[in-house]
Amino acid sequence: MQSATPSTKAWVDDVRRVARGVRRRVLDHTIRNNGGYLSQACSSAETLATLYLRLMKLGPSVASPVPPPFQGVPKAGRKATNGAGYNGEHAPDGDRLYFSAVHYALPLYATLIETGRMAEDGLRQFNQDGSTVEMIGAEHSPGLELTGGSLGQTLSQAGGVALARRLRGESGRNWVYMSDGEMQSGQTWEAVQALVYHRLDGVIAYVDVNGQQCDGKMTDVMAVEPLHARLEAFGARVFSVDGHDPEQLAAPAEQPPDGRPTVVLAYTDPCRGMPLMEARRPKLHYVRFKDEAERSSFADMLREMPR
Amino acid sequence: MEILSKVHARNLVSWAADKPQVVVLSADLTSSTEVDLFRDAYPERFFSMGMAEQNMMSFAGGLAREGMFPFVHTFAVFIYRRAYDQIADSIAYPNLPVRMFGFLPGVTTPGGATHQAIEDLSVMRSLPNLTVLEVGDATDVETLLDPVQAVQGPVYVRMLRGEIPRLFPENEPFRVGQARVLTHGSDVTLLSSGLCTEEALRAAAALERRGVSIQHLHVSTLKPFDDETVAHAVTSASKGVITMENHTVLGGLGTATAELMAGLGAGRPLIRVGIQDEFLHGASRPYLMKEYGLDAAALVRAVETLLHEDLAIGEGDLAAVRLENVHSAAKAEAL
Repeated sequence: MQSATPSTKAWVDDVRRVARGVRRRVLDHTIRNNGGYLSQACSSAETLATLYLRLMKLGPSVASPVPPPFQGVPKAGRKATNGAGYNGEHAPDGDRLYFSAVHYALPLYATLIETGRMAEDGLRQFNQDGSTVEMIGAEHSPGLELTGGSLGQTLSQAGGVALARRLRGESGRNWVYMSDGEMQSGQTWEAVQALVYHRLDGVIAYVDVNGQQCDGKMTDVMAVEPLHARLEAFGARVFSVDGHDPEQLAAPAEQPPDGRPTVVLAYTDPCRGMPLMEARRPKLHYVRFKDEAERSSFADMLREMPR
Repeated sequence: MEILSKVHARNLVSWAADKPQVVVLSADLTSSTEVDLFRDAYPERFFSMGMAEQNMMSFAGGLAREGMFPFVHTFAVFIYRRAYDQIADSIAYPNLPVRMFGFLPGVTTPGGATHQAIEDLSVMRSLPNLTVLEVGDATDVETLLDPVQAVQGPVYVRMLRGEIPRLFPENEPFRVGQARVLTHGSDVTLLSSGLCTEEALRAAAALERRGVSIQHLHVSTLKPFDDETVAHAVTSASKGVITMENHTVLGGLGTATAELMAGLGAGRPLIRVGIQDEFLHGASRPYLMKEYGLDAAALVRAVETLLHEDLAIGEGDLAAVRLENVHSAAKAEAL
């Protein structure tokens, strides 16, 4: 892996170790199940590891290490289950994560395992009937607090939560993890506009700009660049960073709030750390192996990946 | 008939005085949806969200998760047509106490098809966890907020504004899941909702003079639709049942009644007076009610069909149409 340059900072090494673990775990799961969201792990691993290890002020998990079975959808007379407990107890000065790019649920679950918030066995329930460890996670899934699967809704929901928290005088920050595909959705821009107008500077969004979406390369589907200039024109505080560099990822979050919501554009490579993925371009959204030979070549790659 | 003006505007201010967790979201229709007085009284609890309803609905969900009670106000079409996905995922699925006030139902606006909510009840009724209500007079509007606030999950209210008649006694408040019994009778059961109740009353005296015995109920809870009084009324009429609504006959009061009757094995004719699966266009309320067959004369024709007789009731036998001023201090614009 090209991220093997030794760092003088221990936390950077930790982030890199967790990121490698996320990639290996997602790849292992994909090989076992003959399918999975691999490119999402390639692009998000360092960002998720940086958020969990370095940036977000979270308490220890208060949820069951192995997620209990699904208790049913929210309805009258039933207390709804919520996956936010894996991110620690809610506290006025504590942070919250609102995970918008829920097609990245598999890398998120892997991150929870690598950071000691979920048991390894939890991932065995992935996409199993009656489990909360759903393929496209919802608010009952580990690490998730909101339901955002239609994409483009979470930033707005996080805005509402942030507004309520501000009205209560809470100081905790509200982190949103999004994908660049969501920048095609009108609601995202409505949300940025509202966060700016209502000066919700406790919201900080990390966007995985990997240039990929379901149909393939984003520029062949609907171009969204220049994101930095567009977001700035909307009034947001914007940073563009290398999404595989923990120090670059962490730096924007260390800036004190200045009245504007913050958006960090994490530019990433959807094949990073898994060279065999290159051959599958431009369709990277979901990987199912063409044949046993391909599967075994990915298994070989897994054995060679650094720990 | 007593006519009241801006009932909701004044009522919301006094009702919310001791409820700091009630916040109002508006999408650039603040005076048009009668929340201007709330904005002036409690500016710290009023949030202007601009003409961006999708974001507004998801924001409301976020606020409600944190113990606030968002009272979303805009025209009904902009709630359920523009932001349906957001209502489903950000509000209805998590069963959050967001209160949606949708204005300009059906024929109440000359704003045309883009402004006239004709299928809102159908759409909202089919969403799990939602409670769906509709008001018909000033007493309904004045006494609605306590019962709405008592509902745990999300509520959609099909709302009236401007000049509203008082049809029901001031001391008989709105109740969720409970129809108002206006007359008792045995031949025909009439279920009316919204402003169609006022319209139906125009025909009441003429029908009584012809000896038609009508059990007339004003129905204001479209979901849940489990009112025992309604169930009894639809199974007890000897000649049949009529529903009358300012809404398409697909999915609203008429459909809910048909479902109820089928389930109960009521085995009686049902005539659904309402918009017959077509769009409206921009025109006055009396014109649209006549043109689309939602007026008192349409009700008389439905009764005649059930009774198989010509009642010889002409326009002159019906009570006068109440005319509203198109330009009035009770409304922000002529819409």
